Amino acid sequence: MSQYFHSIRIDTEKCNGRMKCLRVCPTQAIRIRNGKATIIEEKCIDCGECITVCPHDAIIPLTDPFGELTKFRHTVAIPSPALYAQFGREILPEKILSGMKKLGFDDAFDLALTCGEVSFAIQEYLREYKGPKPLISLVCPTVVRLIQVKYPALIDQIIPIEPPRELAAREIKKKKSKQLKLKEKEIGTFYLTPCPVKMISIKQPAEKGKSFLDGAISISDIYGPLLSAMEGIEKGSYRLALENICILGVGWAMVGGICRTLRLKNSLAVSGLGEILKVFDDIERGKLRNIDFIEAYSCTQGCVGGSLTVENVYVSYNKILKLIETLEYEQIKACPDIREVRKLYSQKYFFIKGKFEPRPLKPLDKDIAQAIKKRKEKEDIYKSLPKIDCGACGAPTCLTFAEDIVRGDAELTGCIFNFPKIFKEISQEFSELLNKPASLSQSMSSAKKTSEKGKAIK
Amino acid sequence: MTMSDENVLSQNFEIIGGDFSNAGKASTSIKEILQEIGIDYSITVRTSIAAYEAEMNVVMYARRGALTLNITPEKLHLKLEDEGPGIENIDMAMQEGFSTATDEMREMGFGAGMGLPNIKKNADKFEISSTPGKGTSLDIIFCLNKTEKK
Repeated sequence: MSQYFHSIRIDTEKCNGRMKCLRVCPTQAIRIRNGKATIIEEKCIDCGECITVCPHDAIIPLTDPFGELTKFRHTVAIPSPALYAQFGREILPEKILSGMKKLGFDDAFDLALTCGEVSFAIQEYLREYKGPKPLISLVCPTVVRLIQVKYPALIDQIIPIEPPRELAAREIKKKKSKQLKLKEKEIGTFYLTPCPVKMISIKQPAEKGKSFLDGAISISDIYGPLLSAMEGIEKGSYRLALENICILGVGWAMVGGICRTLRLKNSLAVSGLGEILKVFDDIERGKLRNIDFIEAYSCTQGCVGGSLTVENVYVSYNKILKLIETLEYEQIKACPDIREVRKLYSQKYFFIKGKFEPRPLKPLDKDIAQAIKKRKEKEDIYKSLPKIDCGACGAPTCLTFAEDIVRGDAELTGCIFNFPKIFKEISQEFSELLNKPASLSQSMSSAKKTSEKGKAIK
Repeated sequence: MTMSDENVLSQNFEIIGGDFSNAGKASTSIKEILQEIGIDYSITVRTSIAAYEAEMNVVMYARRGALTLNITPEKLHLKLEDEGPGIENIDMAMQEGFSTATDEMREMGFGAGMGLPNIKKNADKFEISSTPGKGTSLDIIFCLNKTEKK
C-alpha cells in the first residue's frame, strides 16, 4: 500500500507516452518509463492538470460511478455551485436540482446557502485571529496539499473551518436520519465535483479526519444525462425560481467569490498553480503580512475552471457573474441569518476535527553531509546535460533528470545526447575489429565488450 | 571559509541593483537547495527570509552585490557583499524603529526595504560592516547543529 491515496490513475493501455502531462505537471511528479507515464506519489498534489492535457484520455480521475447510489437507502446530491455555470442562462439552479432528482437522487441540495454560512464563519474567525497573516482558505484541496508539501511553514495559516461541501453533508446526514428514521450511514451524500481532487479529500482528508461525503461524481459524467433529464421540467416563474439562491454562496464557484462576501480591506484572490506559487513564496518571505485573507484555487478562475467541467471556463465564469448581477437586480436576499451563524460558531459547529500536518518532500539523503555531496553531484550532472528539457529521458527537465540520477532512479545513459558518444565508442571498436582480423581472441573479447555497451543503451 | 571541499556546498548569486523583476530569485533558489538537502524546515524559512531581505537591500539601494551560500553539515553561512552607498550609521540602521519607514515602501509594492533588524532576528549570528561610499558586507550564520543556538 502506498502512503498517499491519489485520485488520478494512468491507463497504460491508452497511454502512448506523448509527454504532454510530463510538461504540464506543476510539481514535476510525472516520469515516462518504458513509454508510459507514471506518477511519483509523494510529489503529486492531485491538481488534475495532466487530466486536462492528455490527448488520449489516458489519465483517469477516480470519481464514483453512478451505480454507487444503490448502496444507500436514501441519496442526496450536493452539486458544487460550479454546476450552475455549466448550462445556458435560462437554466437556473432550481431546475438543475429538479433534474438531479429525476436522475435518481432522492434529494438534491443547494450548496450556495451553506457557502454563505461559511463566509460568515470565516469572517468571525478572521475577527478573533491574532497569529501571523494572511489566513488562507482551505476550500481548494490542492492548495492545502501544496502547502503540506511545499510550504509547511504556512500550515497554521490555513483556516480550520470545514468547507461548505463537508458541512452540508454532515448536516444532511443528521437531519435526514432523524426525518426518515434511518441510520446516518444509510444516507448517501454525493458531491458533484468540478475536479478530481475533491475525491481524495473524501477518501483521504488532508487533516486525517473523516469526510462526511460518501462519494464524488464528476460534473462531466453527469452533464449529458442531466441535460436530457431537465428537458421535460416546466420552468417556474423567473422570480420564484431565483428566490432561494443565496447570493453570497453562488460566487464560491469562481475566484474572488469568497473575498467579495467578506468585508475586508486587504484580501487577495489567486487562481492557477503558477500564480499561487509566486504568492505563497511572498507570504513565506513575510512580504504579505498586511494581507488578511487569501483564497487560492489551483484551477484558473476557480472551481468553474476544474478539469471535470464541460463549459468553457470563461463562459462559465461570466455566467456566475451574470447570475449574481441578476440576483442583485431582483433584490433577492436569500441569505443565512448572521446571528444564527454566530451562535453556531461559538458552539464550534464550523470547525474541522483533525489537524493539518506537513508532508515535506524527501531530501536527497537523510544525512546532511551525504545530501550535500549528492546535491553537488546533481549540479555537475546538470552541467553536462544539454539543458533543452526535451523530455526524451522521461523526466520533464534536465534538472529533474539530474536529480533522478542522484536519487538512483535514472541512468545517465538515458539522455539521448549521450548516444552519439556511445555510438562513437562502439563504432571505433568495430573499426578496430575490422582492421585487425588476424587476432581472433582479441576481437572476441572486444565484441563482448561492445555487446555489453549495446545493452546499456537500451 | 576554509574547509575541505568535500563537505561544503557553495553557491553564488549575482544581484543587480534596481532589478526589481528578478528580485527574490536568489532567496527562492536558496530555499529550494535547503529543502533538497533536508535542512530543518524552520531553519529553511528563517534563512530564506534573511536571504530575501539581504537581496532586497541590494536591489533597492546598491549598484550590485554578490550573495554566497555556504553549507556544511554544521552550519549555513550567507555572505553578502555589495557595491553601493554603504551605511553611514550602522547602529541607527539596526534599530527596529528604523525599519518602519520602509513599511511605506512595502505598501508601495517595493519589497521589504531595510530589513537589517529582521535579518538579525532570524539569524543565529549576524555581522555587518560598511564603508560609506563603497559598500556593505553582511555575514549571516545559521547553526544546523541543534544544540548550539545563539
